[in-house]
Amino acid sequence: MRLTVNGSAHDVAAPPMARLLDVLREELRLTGTKEGCGEGECGACTVLIDGDPVCSCLVPVAQAEGAEVTTIEGLGGNHPLQRAFAGLGGAQCGICTPGMIMASVALGPRPSLAAIRRGLAGNLCRCTGYEAIYRAVRQGGGDGGGAGEAGRGARRRDARKGT
Amino acid sequence: MSGLILLRPHSLAEALKMLGERGGTAGVGTGDAPGGAGGNDDTLTPIAGCTDLYVALNAGTLAATRFVDLSALDALRRIALRGDVLRVGALATCTALQRSRLVKQRAPILAAAAAEVGGVQIQHRGTIGGNIANASPAGDTLPVLAALEAVVVLRSAGGERRVPLTSFYTGYRATVRRPDELIVAVEIPPADGKQWFRKVGTRAAQAISKVVMAAVRPARGAPRIALGSVAPTVIRLPRTEAYLGGGGSIDEAQRVLQDEIAPIDDLRSTADYRRRVAGNLLAQMWKETEY
Amino acid sequence: MFAAEPDRARADGRATGRCNQERNVTAVGRNVPRKDGAAKVSGEARYVDDLTFPGMLFGRTIRATVPYGRIRELRMALGEGGFTVVDHRDIPGRNAIALIEDDQPCLAAHEVRHMAEPVILLAHADREALQRARVDIDYEEMEPVFDPEQSPRVLKTLLIEKGNVERALARAPIVVEGEYRTGHQEHVYIEPNGVIALPEPAGGVTVYGSLQCPFYVHKALVAVLALPPDRVRVVQTETGGGFGGKEEYPSMIAAHAALLALKSGRPVKLVYDRAEDMLATTKRHPSIVRHRTGVSRDGRLLAMDIEVVLDGGAYVTLSPVVLSRGAIHAAGPYRCGHVRIAGRAMMTHTPPNGAFRGFGAPQTQFAMEVHMERIAERLEIDPVRLRAKNALRPGDTTATGQRMGDDCAAREVLRLAAGKSGYARKRRAWQGTNRGIGVALFWHGSGFTGSGEVHLKSRASLALSETGVRILVASTEIGQGTRTMHAQIVADALGVPYEMVEPVQPDTAEVPDSGPTVASRTCMVVGRILEECAAEMRERLGGLAPDEYFRRHGPVVVTREYRKPADVTWDDATYRGDAYAAFGWGCDVAEVEYDPVTYQIRPVRVTAVQDIGKAIHPVLAAGQIEGGTAQGLGWALNEEVVMRGGAMANAQLTNYLIPTTLDTPAMAVHIVERPTPHGPSGAKGVGEMPIDGPAPAVVNAIRQLGLDVRAIPATPERIMEAACASP
Repeated sequence: MRLTVNGSAHDVAAPPMARLLDVLREELRLTGTKEGCGEGECGACTVLIDGDPVCSCLVPVAQAEGAEVTTIEGLGGNHPLQRAFAGLGGAQCGICTPGMIMASVALGPRPSLAAIRRGLAGNLCRCTGYEAIYRAVRQGGGDGGGAGEAGRGARRRDARKGT
Repeated sequence: MSGLILLRPHSLAEALKMLGERGGTAGVGTGDAPGGAGGNDDTLTPIAGCTDLYVALNAGTLAATRFVDLSALDALRRIALRGDVLRVGALATCTALQRSRLVKQRAPILAAAAAEVGGVQIQHRGTIGGNIANASPAGDTLPVLAALEAVVVLRSAGGERRVPLTSFYTGYRATVRRPDELIVAVEIPPADGKQWFRKVGTRAAQAISKVVMAAVRPARGAPRIALGSVAPTVIRLPRTEAYLGGGGSIDEAQRVLQDEIAPIDDLRSTADYRRRVAGNLLAQMWKETEY
Repeated sequence: MFAAEPDRARADGRATGRCNQERNVTAVGRNVPRKDGAAKVSGEARYVDDLTFPGMLFGRTIRATVPYGRIRELRMALGEGGFTVVDHRDIPGRNAIALIEDDQPCLAAHEVRHMAEPVILLAHADREALQRARVDIDYEEMEPVFDPEQSPRVLKTLLIEKGNVERALARAPIVVEGEYRTGHQEHVYIEPNGVIALPEPAGGVTVYGSLQCPFYVHKALVAVLALPPDRVRVVQTETGGGFGGKEEYPSMIAAHAALLALKSGRPVKLVYDRAEDMLATTKRHPSIVRHRTGVSRDGRLLAMDIEVVLDGGAYVTLSPVVLSRGAIHAAGPYRCGHVRIAGRAMMTHTPPNGAFRGFGAPQTQFAMEVHMERIAERLEIDPVRLRAKNALRPGDTTATGQRMGDDCAAREVLRLAAGKSGYARKRRAWQGTNRGIGVALFWHGSGFTGSGEVHLKSRASLALSETGVRILVASTEIGQGTRTMHAQIVADALGVPYEMVEPVQPDTAEVPDSGPTVASRTCMVVGRILEECAAEMRERLGGLAPDEYFRRHGPVVVTREYRKPADVTWDDATYRGDAYAAFGWGCDVAEVEYDPVTYQIRPVRVTAVQDIGKAIHPVLAAGQIEGGTAQGLGWALNEEVVMRGGAMANAQLTNYLIPTTLDTPAMAVHIVERPTPHGPSGAKGVGEMPIDGPAPAVVNAIRQLGLDVRAIPATPERIMEAACASP
């Protein structure tokens, strides 16, 4: 099976139902992608498949064949989000950080606070209380700061429809 | 994972042929596979988003060992109108449901339910067909489909049949799908009336529902109301609907509802909580959908 | 909301080869780049599961399946060759995990006392073969005890007395009584526990692991393996969160991996998956606290009678010291002439409860602060005014007789929190609505309790290197910023740029024992020792830069040991004296919204005002406060360990729900700096205190809605009961 990860093609020997996470970590030695729960709850294993964030613990490697897989290593270490996470306290213990950054990359430029909160709801962090992560994503995502509280009192998106 | 077999058809016809030869067990479907289902050597379990499959595999509670991967069947991702029926392909993901203009126009509560399934990572992978096939009583989209009177389209090498969602389930995690059949789409007829949806979980995101309600209320006549997580399968509330449709009071309707549900105590909540909240949701829905 | 101070350009003395003794730009107090930042955001940081060694096997732990029983028969079906099997007979040393009392077996021999008790260990090169292996154990079951108040076995009792409580209670015009309960809490560090053990060719073992306390593990291994201390080496790998959950349990996992490694002669990786981690490792002690408080009609506390009961689980482990910290904090930051605090930790047939951020203090302060709210309700006094009237101030004494110094900031943090949150205005405006606002005032002692630091005799070292100076401590970086904060303290004390200071990964073969990384002690206590090392080193350097000195004169290592401040005294026998060298002070105001349809409480905003003496690194300090607040909110509202038959039934992140981005409210953090003479630059502890306040603040906000809640987690199910009970 041929897998394209961070722009390079790799031949992998893993069986088709092997988890993409295990292939990345063990066969390709890309250990920046972490396992926190193995059930798609914590998001520490988040990678991008064709630009979409997914939990690599829930993807059979066969389904990633022919797709473009991007891991934290693919960002190169000097991505604006990486710098912002390091500088603004977005990373504490660091175990959720790669997945958190990959999910943040998928938010696109200049996300609103509401979009950040919704887009990162699948990534658990136990260290930061998320506040420093919001500051990092707003800075690293192209907002020069000013991640104040203005929008914070806004009601959470309400799924109820009365229309 | 090394003992697991994965077949990878490139077309629907090829997939149906595989299933016809060595079909999967009923109750296991396109996206997800409940723990313990499947089992004997020859069964083939269709998979797509795999969002529940690996939970069961990792926990060691899945007996199935042979799978057929539907992810290459792009035709099943389509969301389109056929006449006045909205046809949602089985492989439409929760993300696709939220982005679809057609879904937002005709079934906004389906888009709303899709937005409350897991986090965005799960929404990118989880499919509507999987949610249907997985047959969880807590499936977030199922009450929506029940209230919208959706029809499940099943296809086998021998042909196609349509089963109303409410007849699709025969019991806890059990469905009428034959081993040789595949869920290919779900069809949603035009809904006349206001749509309403609310999921209740213990936290604001990524929670498995404790009670989930969907409703369609026409200007005149009986509403259609469905509930999840209060019975072995998703249920409609025919007596409550008829009572409200006949002009009955909401207080009495809440009492009628209590006779139509059979919630249990489990890890996530209590039967008592589910009963009270189901009644409260009914009142809230009724108030917010007034004409 | 927390505004990070923008970094300013810094002077750098390196180019001159001389130490810049008069550098006017310091590291302390500035947001210097964290030492581990780049590696963590790039994915390069190596956690234990990222490591692999040639010939490595994987380990598996076979655990009890009954809560209490005698082992009768054991059957193994391994299916194939290549297995290493270890049971209690393979233990060369003592079959106990060394801690306070060595009562917890490393592997059960004849009897099991809880559902997660380890009995047999397996190792194999193939993980799938390992999972397929079957081990069935038959037990003669005995009657388990799950209710701590019904337990026949007391693990520890203690009594703190001041004045004459009975007489004062009898004379008090009003007595308010109440019972308050808190549940288990699981740490949910996102990296589960794990270690790798390597047999050393010359005998002995090296263990790499995710852990907080390398020397705890070292001590446990020496005892279990009967090896000389220099044959056991423990190295901390990058650690993905701890919160106390990697304080004592890693000793168990390390012992298991080491036994497998020594028997197989190969490296063994033993990394728990989430389910096993939640099922087997420690939790926060559940508590029952009862108050009987005499008050004057104008709201003065006249007498406090407090009973604290902790559920310790199956073995003693750390329960005595958790009880101790819990009891000392139980009367809250209040002045009262007559106090009695009686505590007991009880055995139950559940996995041992252990260290968790706050260490007993969050439980007892939850009770105290909800009780204060009920006193305010009873007297119809404003809750902030009641607290202000009774809050400790400089010169007052605590229940143990400790006299408060000038850094006692209880009233200041209360005033600031009430003001910044708009407490009074919102409380009035929200009367009768579905919004509520609640306050909690709290304190937290920094460092080990009582004479703990004296017994620990922590040591720290600084060593010159080619590039500057290396910090040699056993204090671990677990996300809180140990490396960065220590480097800042050393840089300033030595008068060198921050970049010249390099923290070393804790390795028991290389660093001195500076004690465990727990108890809010890493900055105040270990930081102070490092500061003293730096002062001595600075004298030795005689004005030369460290790298220059190293080039000219070769290596220099300076080691200093903890010195008890002369003005801090404690009597272990009577439990009187200075319980902690310093206290931090905090006040949280929580604002909530209530949904009467679903009985859900949504925290909307938390104002957290906390005195930490000195913020060595404001961004890191705010991170501790924000993170601790979120963890406290989870404990208050969502996080419920469902115990069935003595085991956690919801041991998955799907069913044990920690807060997500959408559950966590806006936070306004305000740091107050009332320096203590006992910490570097006046710094006190910051790691634990933030988790003391959120739960009572939220419950007090819920109480404003007319819902009588006295137990947490305040799940919608519990709120429903309160709503149905209220008129």
